[in-house]
Amino acid sequence: MRLVVDLNRCQGYAQCAFLAPEVFAMHGEESLLYDPNPGTDGEADAELRENVTRAVAACPVRAILLELADGRAGDGPGGAS
Amino acid sequence: MTQDILRQILDYSNRADPYPLYKELRRTPVYHDGSGPFVVSTYYEIQALLHDPRISSDARNLASNAADPLAEPGGEEETVLPPSFLKLDPPEHDRLRRMTNRPFGPPHSPHRVHDMRGDLHEIVKGLIDRIAENGNAERIDLVEEFSYPFPVTVICRLLGVPPEDEARFHVWADTLAASLDPDPDADPKERERRTHDSRMELGMYLSGLIEERRKNPTGDMLSELATGNGPDGTMTTMEVLSTAALLLIAGHETTVNLITNGMLTLLRFPEVLDRLREEPELSVNLVEELLRYEPPVQLVPQRSTLADIEVAGVSIPKGASLWLVLAAGNRDPLRFEDPDRFDPDREDIQHLGLGSGIHSCFGAPLARQEAQLALSELARRLENPRLLADPPPYRQNAVLRGPRHLPIAVDGIRP
Amino acid sequence: MTVDGSLERLKREGRIVVVGASLAGLRAAETMREKGFTGSLTMIGDEPYEPYDRPPLSKQVLLGRAGPERTALPRRRDIEAAWRLGVPATGLDMAARRVRLADGDEVEYDRLLIATGVRARPWPQADEAALDGVFVLRTRDDAAALEQKLAAGPGRVLVIGAGFTGSEIASACRERGLPVTVAERGAAPLVGALGGVVGEVAAEMHREHGVDLRTGIMVTRLEGDATGRVRVAHLSDGTTLEADVVVVSLGAMRNTEWLAGSGLGAGPRGIACDAGCRAFDIRGIVTDDIYVAGDVARSPHALFGYQFLSLEHWGNAVAQAETAAHNMLSESADRRPHLWVPAFWSSQFGVNIKSVGVPSMGTEILIAQGSRDERRFTGVYGYQGRVIGAVTFDQSRWLQFYERLIEETAPFPPTFTTVDRRPEGNRPMPADFPDPSVPTHGPTITLSGYSPADRRMTFTPAHH
Repeated sequence: MRLVVDLNRCQGYAQCAFLAPEVFAMHGEESLLYDPNPGTDGEADAELRENVTRAVAACPVRAILLELADGRAGDGPGGAS
Repeated sequence: MTQDILRQILDYSNRADPYPLYKELRRTPVYHDGSGPFVVSTYYEIQALLHDPRISSDARNLASNAADPLAEPGGEEETVLPPSFLKLDPPEHDRLRRMTNRPFGPPHSPHRVHDMRGDLHEIVKGLIDRIAENGNAERIDLVEEFSYPFPVTVICRLLGVPPEDEARFHVWADTLAASLDPDPDADPKERERRTHDSRMELGMYLSGLIEERRKNPTGDMLSELATGNGPDGTMTTMEVLSTAALLLIAGHETTVNLITNGMLTLLRFPEVLDRLREEPELSVNLVEELLRYEPPVQLVPQRSTLADIEVAGVSIPKGASLWLVLAAGNRDPLRFEDPDRFDPDREDIQHLGLGSGIHSCFGAPLARQEAQLALSELARRLENPRLLADPPPYRQNAVLRGPRHLPIAVDGIRP
Repeated sequence: MTVDGSLERLKREGRIVVVGASLAGLRAAETMREKGFTGSLTMIGDEPYEPYDRPPLSKQVLLGRAGPERTALPRRRDIEAAWRLGVPATGLDMAARRVRLADGDEVEYDRLLIATGVRARPWPQADEAALDGVFVLRTRDDAAALEQKLAAGPGRVLVIGAGFTGSEIASACRERGLPVTVAERGAAPLVGALGGVVGEVAAEMHREHGVDLRTGIMVTRLEGDATGRVRVAHLSDGTTLEADVVVVSLGAMRNTEWLAGSGLGAGPRGIACDAGCRAFDIRGIVTDDIYVAGDVARSPHALFGYQFLSLEHWGNAVAQAETAAHNMLSESADRRPHLWVPAFWSSQFGVNIKSVGVPSMGTEILIAQGSRDERRFTGVYGYQGRVIGAVTFDQSRWLQFYERLIEETAPFPPTFTTVDRRPEGNRPMPADFPDPSVPTHGPTITLSGYSPADRRMTFTPAHH
């Protein structure tokens, strides 16, 4: 899995850190730190994948761009178009 | 636009489907009938106002002549509890919300909500099992038997309220939620009295519990709120009280509507229900679409202006009362393609259902998990569920809008 | 290939070359494919890695929370490109439409996108820069080497330059419990980007977290031991400082040297382009087939007096790449201008710092919300009576409001009150930016070029 968070959009709502704490962590009240390539290469384990998918969907500002290992693009920056 | 569109929106007879009225309302993005509140109903305007520091959530900033049919009766001195952070501005809001967040979420407690998943599963399983045991497949009230007790149990467990006291909470929470209710026919004095009594009783109950937890902290949120000592210090007993009351009521009265509205919508779109049965992971996006399509909080009534501002060409004076109709913004065709269509695969879905800005829903991650789990489990276990009444009977409340009962029939309940 | 009526042919079978395989290059390539470009696409990058994200390098990676090799950027879509990675471009023949590569190869193009970005400004004395233990931080390799050194627990780290990157490095070192000295030429950290009023807050954050912050000082010489390891730094006040690790964080240099002599309008300040991302040649004539995006570009901005802005901003790289890609594949009437409002973030000492607009153009600042003492505040910058920029410390949810004021060229100081207005927000203060002729570290927006008389305008971006 690969992901990037558009931190210009991010406003620290921390939904991702609630839902996938193994990948996203708040550093202070508003700063987000995350693992850009979580999971082992190749097949990411199912629970991790599920958590990250939940985190992506829950982001109130749609700031997380996710590429799953199978190359399927998730939601991403600029969700509104 | 008819002069009394607000009255129509608040009118109980329109509760089941306010969306045509919202559509009409959106034709005047900032509606003002000359004496009532300024009502904002379009997406971009609401979104901007939720991030506008000239807007206050503190009722003390309302001009004395600002009319608001949803304003709570009684002044500060008449309420037992001080205002919770929902009704405060920074820096007080920020301080109390930070302190409340400390035992609830990241950075200090990143795993609390995540680790409740097992509990949530167990509660959902227990409630559906009980429906099966009752064996009355011809008529199940999903509200009474599932979507009300589920979040109540969750919030009680999170806070550390003993399960045997839950029944008492129902009564208090119901009354307090109804105090937000603009029912024009209710006797205001009577409502005021009942609200006051409920606050009093809830406050007394909670202060007993807080005292108990101060002596014997048990790791639940109430213990942590009562004994916490982070960078912002410790909450006063009154602050713990009003915060706990806020969490209890919000946890009771919003998630129930999200789940019930969700099930109602699924029963109206059986093909989506069938899909959810096969692909439970659909629940993730589906809940986001629900928060757009049928948000449990329809409007934010308690904002006021700290300065003269201009919104969509309309001048709003300082001290005016402001309503932000989230549910109308969520159906704004300038923002969402085909907004009246329920589309669980919708990708462009940045809804206003949980608010935005500093007052965005505190319990959002919990509400999301509860709704995702509830809907996917109901879809999986209920055999051929169907609505017995469409529309179902609604609660009086136009703000926290949802069915009071959701009578359904099923062919059976899967294990 | 000519432009007359051949756009369809270009999209179908044209040759597009992207020089620079980082964020801007990748996003541009994805946009081109999304717009239906089916011709050949060549991605040229000097680093041997597929596109990766740089912001984590000074944060997650230095904290040891994510390996530098785990920063590869997610793809929005498959771009079906021929990748030439680890091979820098060395020259451009504009007449023959050819890019020369370091391995002697040449790649022909019909449209060229230059997104070569910037590199870390090295320590000026090459022999001192070569000492073991002296680092810069820009690339994945830089981060890997530095992280390894930090993990070994050095006695003291010296960071030269307290811009955003330098401050983030110092923050990461303190979080790892390492002794750190920061030497900054200016009066305070971040002073070039945010001015002295905010710089003072940054200085307090450094000191509260145990950074040995020294301002108004320069490192004059780095000295190694017999084995070639850095040992001592000599400072302009005559003192010396022992350090095992020295991180040189003196800002960035634009990667334009490879264009020398090509006839393109490229120099140390970047590559000038028009609002549609088309590069100028040295005669000031805009080219038809060469586009620029990202940190290396300098483009005029309507909101800021048509000054040519160079923005070392992540968001700008993405937005400008998308605009450039769109314009490369559009008829002239369908092209659109790059009108991104500058936006920036940094995370240091557990505080989220964000800015919009161009704070460094500001002459005054008003603390509109919150309090500097509490490290939670919103500062608004004014220039010639209008709002020109804003910064938040842990208050990012208000920032979009101030962004709109910038877009509307709203009057400064703002005439209204807000929530959380404190006594310090009663009146504006001088923003206290250093004299622009004195070099400082780390302004992430560089102003240059033509500035006509200020005029009032309203900038109304479409929602998309």
